[in-house]
Formats: sequence, C-alpha cells, structure tokens
Amino acid sequence: MALIKIPPVLRSSVGGEKEVRADGGDVGTILCALAEQHPDTRAQLFGADGSLNRYVNVYLNDEDVRVLDGLDTTVREGDTVVILPAMAGGSR
Amino acid sequence: MSPSGAEVIRQIKQQVQEVDPAEVSEHLGDGVTLIDVRESDEWDRGHIPGAVHVPRSYLESRIEGVISDRDRRVVLYCASGQRSALAAHTLSGLLGYTDVASMTGGITLWKDRGYKVDVPKVLSREQKERYGRHLLLPEVGPEGQAKLLDAKVLLLGAGGLGSPTALYLAAAGVGTLGIVDDDEVDLSNLQRQVIHTTKTVGTPKVDSAEAAIGALNPDVEVVKYPVRLDASNIMGIIDGYDVIVDGVDNFPTRYLLNDATVRVGIPVVSASILGFDGQLAVFAPDDGPCYRCLYPVPPPAELAPSCGANGVLGVLPGTMGLLQATEVVKLVVGIGEPLIGRLLLYEALSATFTELKVRRDPHCPICSRDPAEIADEEMGVFPDYEAFCVAAG
Repeated sequence: MALIKIPPVLRSSVGGEKEVRADGGDVGTILCALAEQHPDTRAQLFGADGSLNRYVNVYLNDEDVRVLDGLDTTVREGDTVVILPAMAGGSR
Repeated sequence: MSPSGAEVIRQIKQQVQEVDPAEVSEHLGDGVTLIDVRESDEWDRGHIPGAVHVPRSYLESRIEGVISDRDRRVVLYCASGQRSALAAHTLSGLLGYTDVASMTGGITLWKDRGYKVDVPKVLSREQKERYGRHLLLPEVGPEGQAKLLDAKVLLLGAGGLGSPTALYLAAAGVGTLGIVDDDEVDLSNLQRQVIHTTKTVGTPKVDSAEAAIGALNPDVEVVKYPVRLDASNIMGIIDGYDVIVDGVDNFPTRYLLNDATVRVGIPVVSASILGFDGQLAVFAPDDGPCYRCLYPVPPPAELAPSCGANGVLGVLPGTMGLLQATEVVKLVVGIGEPLIGRLLLYEALSATFTELKVRRDPHCPICSRDPAEIADEEMGVFPDYEAFCVAAG
C-alpha cells in the first residue's frame, strides 16, 4: 500500500482528496489501481497506448521515476508516490 | 639614549623580507595570501584585488582567523611599506609565521606602476542605517550589501508573485529592478497584489509598482517594460540582468524564458501557484537542470488552469513570492544553498512542504546543447505548440 499525493488539477477526479492510497508493487501498477478507483484520472495520466503522459511527472518519494525504472520502479510499503503536472499560474 | 621611531622602523625594515609590487602582481592568487593592514577608510578608498583586510591594530587578534597555516606565504602591504614592515615583523617574530614579506612602496607604488585597484562601493551614512540589519549578518555584511546595490534583477510580472518579491527586493536594496508587465491594476488584483493600492486601480501596473518602490527605497532604480514578453522582445529585455524572477501565468512564455535564459546564461527563480498550492525552483544554466528538464512538455490546456479562472488564496503568492525573493538575495550575495536541482512544493491547507529532486536531462532539447546554437526560431517552441495555443485561446 502506497500513499499517492494528488496535484490540485487532479483532485476533482478523486473526490477532492489530496492523498489517496493504492495497492501495487511498482509505480505502474499503483497508478493503474488509482485509475481503476478513479476512472476520471485515466485519460489525464495515460496516453492511448497506455504509457504515462509526458506532461505528468511521477516521483517515488523525492526521486523522478524517469531516472529510476519508470513505471517498473519498485514501490515498498510506506513509500509515497507524487504526481506532478506543471503549473503556470502566477502573474495576473 | 633610546632610538627614534624612524630608527626603529629602519632597523625592522632591514630584518623583514621585502618584495617588489611586480613580484606580488605576478604571484597574485598563487598560493599567497595578500593582507592589507591599513585602516578601514583607506581600504574603502581602494585596495589590491584579492587582498584581505586586517587592520594593523587588529593584526594579532584576527590573523589566525584569516590564515591558520603558519607556513603559508603571506604578503602584507600598507600605504607606503612602513606599517606593513612592522606588521610583518610581528607575524614572523611574535606569531610564528614562517614565510612573511612586506610589499615595498605599499599601494602608492602599486598604483604608480599602473596595477589594478578595486574601489569597493562605500555605503553612505543613511545606507548604513537603512541596511544595518544586513550589515550585522556576517553572511551579508558590507560586501554583500554592495552586491545587492549593484545587482540588476528582472521581475516578470508585477502581479501576485511579483508584488511581494518586488517590495522585499526593493527593501533589501537591489539597485536595479526591471518590471515587465503590460497590465493595468484592477480592483480584483488587490486581494493579493500588495504593491498596488486602491488609488492606483486603473493605472499601469509598472507605474503603480514604481511609485510603491520609490516610496519604500529611493536607492532602487526601476526600469519599466509595459509590454508582454514575447519572442520579438525577450533578448533585448533580459540583456544585462543578473537574475530573473519568473511568475508568468502561461506556459509558452515560461518555455520562451527558459530557452532565452539558457542561451545567455541567466539564472531564473521560478514559482507558480494555484489554489492553495505553490511550486518553487531555481534554474541556473550550467549549474543544474532547466525548466524543460523538469517539464519537457506542458500539460493540455484543460489541465493547466490559470489562477484567474480557478481562484487562489491571496496569501499564497505572498508566501511563494517571498521564497523567490529569498532565493534571489542568496544568488546575488552568493550565500547558502540555492534551490537548484530541487523543486519545493508548498500546500497551504495542510501546511506542508515537499521537496523533490530535479535531474538535468542529458537529452534536454535546450540545455544539453551549446547555448550559442539555440536559434531564435526554436525558442519557446514545444511539441504541439500551435494546438496548445489555439486551445488555450
């Protein structure tokens, strides 16, 4: 069981929660479990071919999974998965 | 009969090693510590670059803090070579330094020979009072304050993030603040854009910000750019700035800014906000990743809402803007650990900070290349750029 931190833009897709829990031994399985629980997140996380959208960064604890094993990165009990799309708000 | 003072100095000068300015100039920074033993007002009028100031009156109490290795080569100088000879005599005779010399003719001969002299920025009496709390910090001090007064910082936007950043950088004495903003002050801005006032509603934000900065600190020169930053004007606007503060509200400008600053090597302190969430990072060309390493492509427009459409807690841009201002001061003064290669997330409702690592992408389309090769037409462009901009309106 890992904790997934949900970014502001995805919170409406998970019932307003900032954190949700999902089962799985690797990052891909956990994100799929999230998409099963909250189907509205699927199109935002994954492309038509099932790969993670390029504009979504995923971190295991504080490390980008792109420099680990991507969606195959092993997740252990107590780990945190952070989903992070870019934000541009600021000036106006 | 006791010898005269002049006789004592003559005798001591015979006992100490003396070196010519030519030799000092040749070995400057070459494993030699150069010490200026004159008084503070003499130091302030100009000193040899790279020298350390230890007035002769504090020599015994301060020298170990400057040079702990007693076998290190030390060259002392003063105005004409007398005080430095006496100081050299003290260092070798009483304090056990083994390789000490006094520079012949002092800084007077050094200048006559045409060698370079650094004239530090001298703070006025009013500035010493205004920046007194900075001067008390050893990490800032007069030299750090002088760096702030010489610094040129460009703020992209005098809005939610830019307002607090501009006020605190002005208060800190950043000498030149450039502000890029083509907008006018609206009543709905005042919930968070604290540099503007009810009286300045309807006036250009650059004018409103200039007035507030001028009232706070007349040391600061404000350079106004009442335009929207785009590919046609960015290179001219950012030219000559030391640090850029990015608080812009759209992705195309963020990518454009990234590419232009990587090209010319200017660090960017970047923040963004939405609702109760903020993000902060410093992108320093060569020293760490760039914005494209973190976000190779922007999200589609429906996943990139603006604050205008979605709301933002008014205090939040204050929090994030002041974290930006803090990073700017650190970069300018050269202290601490800047937020390079790290992304800081702040969530206001739970009052939590999360720090993530940002790695440099060896395949980054911009920062992995020779900066000189980044062409005008590719700056700010990303895959599906046209579709993004159409969708974003």
